Amino acid sequence: MGLFMEISVLLGSMITFFVGGWVWFIRKIFRDYEANNTLVQLFFPTVFMLSCTMFELIIFEIAGVLSANTRYVYWHIVLYSMLLLLVLVIPFYLCYFVLSNSPLVKSQWVRPLSVLTWGGYLFCFWKIGDPFPILSPQHGLLSIEQSISRIGVVGVTVMAALSGFGAVNYPYTSMTIFMRPVSKGHIQAIERRLLQNMDLIVAKKKKIALAKREQLRNPNNIENKSGRSSVWNLFRSSSSSDVPGVDIAALKSEVLALEEVGRQLFLECVELQGQRERLLWATTLQGKFFNFMGYFFSMYCSWKIFISLVNIVFDRVGRKDPVTKGMEIAVHWMGLDIDVQFWSQHVSFFLVGCIIVTSIRGFILTLTKFFYAVSSSKSSNIIVLVLAQLMGMYFISMVMLMRMNMPLEYRTIITQVLGDLQFHFYHRWFDVIFLVSAVTTIIILYMTHSHLPVPDDLHHN
Amino acid sequence: MSTFSAHPNEINKVKVLVVGDSGVGKTSLVHLLVNGEVLTKSSWTIGCSVEVKIHEYREGSPGHRPYFVELWDIGGNNSHKSTRHLFYTSVHGIILVHDLANRKSQQNLRQWLVEVLLKEKSNPGSRDALVDNFDAEQFGALAKVYRANKIPVLVVGTRLDDLAETRPTASLPRTSPAFSASSLADACSADELSVSCLDVRSVAPGSGNAVKLSRFFDRVIDGQIHCNGRPGPLYSGQPNYGLKMRYP
Repeated sequence: MGLFMEISVLLGSMITFFVGGWVWFIRKIFRDYEANNTLVQLFFPTVFMLSCTMFELIIFEIAGVLSANTRYVYWHIVLYSMLLLLVLVIPFYLCYFVLSNSPLVKSQWVRPLSVLTWGGYLFCFWKIGDPFPILSPQHGLLSIEQSISRIGVVGVTVMAALSGFGAVNYPYTSMTIFMRPVSKGHIQAIERRLLQNMDLIVAKKKKIALAKREQLRNPNNIENKSGRSSVWNLFRSSSSSDVPGVDIAALKSEVLALEEVGRQLFLECVELQGQRERLLWATTLQGKFFNFMGYFFSMYCSWKIFISLVNIVFDRVGRKDPVTKGMEIAVHWMGLDIDVQFWSQHVSFFLVGCIIVTSIRGFILTLTKFFYAVSSSKSSNIIVLVLAQLMGMYFISMVMLMRMNMPLEYRTIITQVLGDLQFHFYHRWFDVIFLVSAVTTIIILYMTHSHLPVPDDLHHN
Repeated sequence: MSTFSAHPNEINKVKVLVVGDSGVGKTSLVHLLVNGEVLTKSSWTIGCSVEVKIHEYREGSPGHRPYFVELWDIGGNNSHKSTRHLFYTSVHGIILVHDLANRKSQQNLRQWLVEVLLKEKSNPGSRDALVDNFDAEQFGALAKVYRANKIPVLVVGTRLDDLAETRPTASLPRTSPAFSASSLADACSADELSVSCLDVRSVAPGSGNAVKLSRFFDRVIDGQIHCNGRPGPLYSGQPNYGLKMRYP
């Protein structure tokens, strides 16, 4: 292809990614907030665009589209801009926004303080690299290997934690044997208790309101009291208002206790409704399919956990990627006569494509849910920046780890571009964090599962 | 000044819902209205928190009597949508709260009104359908549903102090006419208020806001009396279990 064609293809895809990221951001993630700071809004689609371009380049590498030279140059452009954003620009804006939102800092101090904090952040970022054996010693101070290695550590941690959590959580939520049955009667009983509780609270608040009103109307009693010493006031405090037997302080503490009970009941009700909806969904066709897939996934996850353990204990790193290994098995053990070259390219293309798409989709869904759960109108800017940062780190580490899934001839471009990193350290680190995250999730789910409400209120009607 | 025996069983009550997006300041607003002071420690409302105010109905006229106004402040968290509908029974008035500094919260007021009026136990997915497909025709239907219900509505915008900071020259943010709180207020013939929950003077007695609030509460009580033909149900000791639940 001519140079002009190649550049236009690349630019066209970049613009598509940018617009896609922008639309997704405005419509789905930021839909409840007013976007008044345009610069912050731009970061998220930009990081998204750069990440997708990296994946696109990998696909092009396998499929052989565009000349090798163009790909190489383009890799460098994308990588450098990504690094610039992730290491320099976004952290600066983060410091600035955190400081300007915090009530402790006066407005004229915000700028110099944010530059200082930014400097501190860069120092810490540097120090992250020290305890890890991630670099060969012959690299200079400002090479991209330094930054990529550190970004890689953070990104791989996030990725492994999410994978571990997802690997355990997905079978748990989609398989019906884990779902406890919830009856209509149970939910109705809890709702009735909730409304009873609300009525109690309202009754007490009415008494408090009346007592306060009487206090306002008959202030002479209060004046009498103020003349006495404080010791007598202590004894008199039990009948502080004029309506006999009405004690505002005691009522208020009772109300607080009732409100706490009300909150617990409400949350229990929400939890039960959610479970009931999940049970109903499980009877649909989609639910049945997911349940079926859940069995496969749980097998895959147990195997993965086991393999991670084995890798760590025996300090083993797989040398061959799954595609080549699959080919070998097919040829040697099953005697199939296939053209290894041809098929390995297509299969790895397919495999890598699948991994990319499912990872992006999974990441996007998690991100959206997380944003809804955590955001508020004050902190939405900060959270968007944090998410953009995380996304960039996540995708860079994914590129790094994907190296293991590609056959040898396609690995060279990644090795060339990302530099001479100790890749097997990252795989080991991934295994460790994956194991820790999966085991933690199992423990947490086990504990919450055994504490699910048992329908015993049916007897109390 | 007539003396009323201060027993809860002899004073009538009305129930007013305070709804709006999460974080707009409903709890601060209710605290300001009921206690006349600024809420210092605010946290997310889980479920519903109730405050009771005694409103002097028709003060200064022969029909003067005190009324309990129950302000039910509903937590705006999206994930609690499935259970919120429990609180929407026998409502006499609705206060819609939005954030003046956040235009989207104005647009979402329509969804809130629909949710309360229709007492729908909606799925999380249906919210998107309402937002994306909202148009004038649907809005006409909303007005019809509203008029059929005849529940008085009040629209309150909070964070007036924030707005003054960020946009010192503008008065109120200009939203597209179809979605602004003002058009909603017009359609429901509701009053509109702008307050700052950090400023006690926003609702000080005698201020314009206080007058509008008092008028709103009077309308709510009027509606309740008219609905029942006589001064409303006395607060009895028996809680009312008129639960209207629809399960699939």
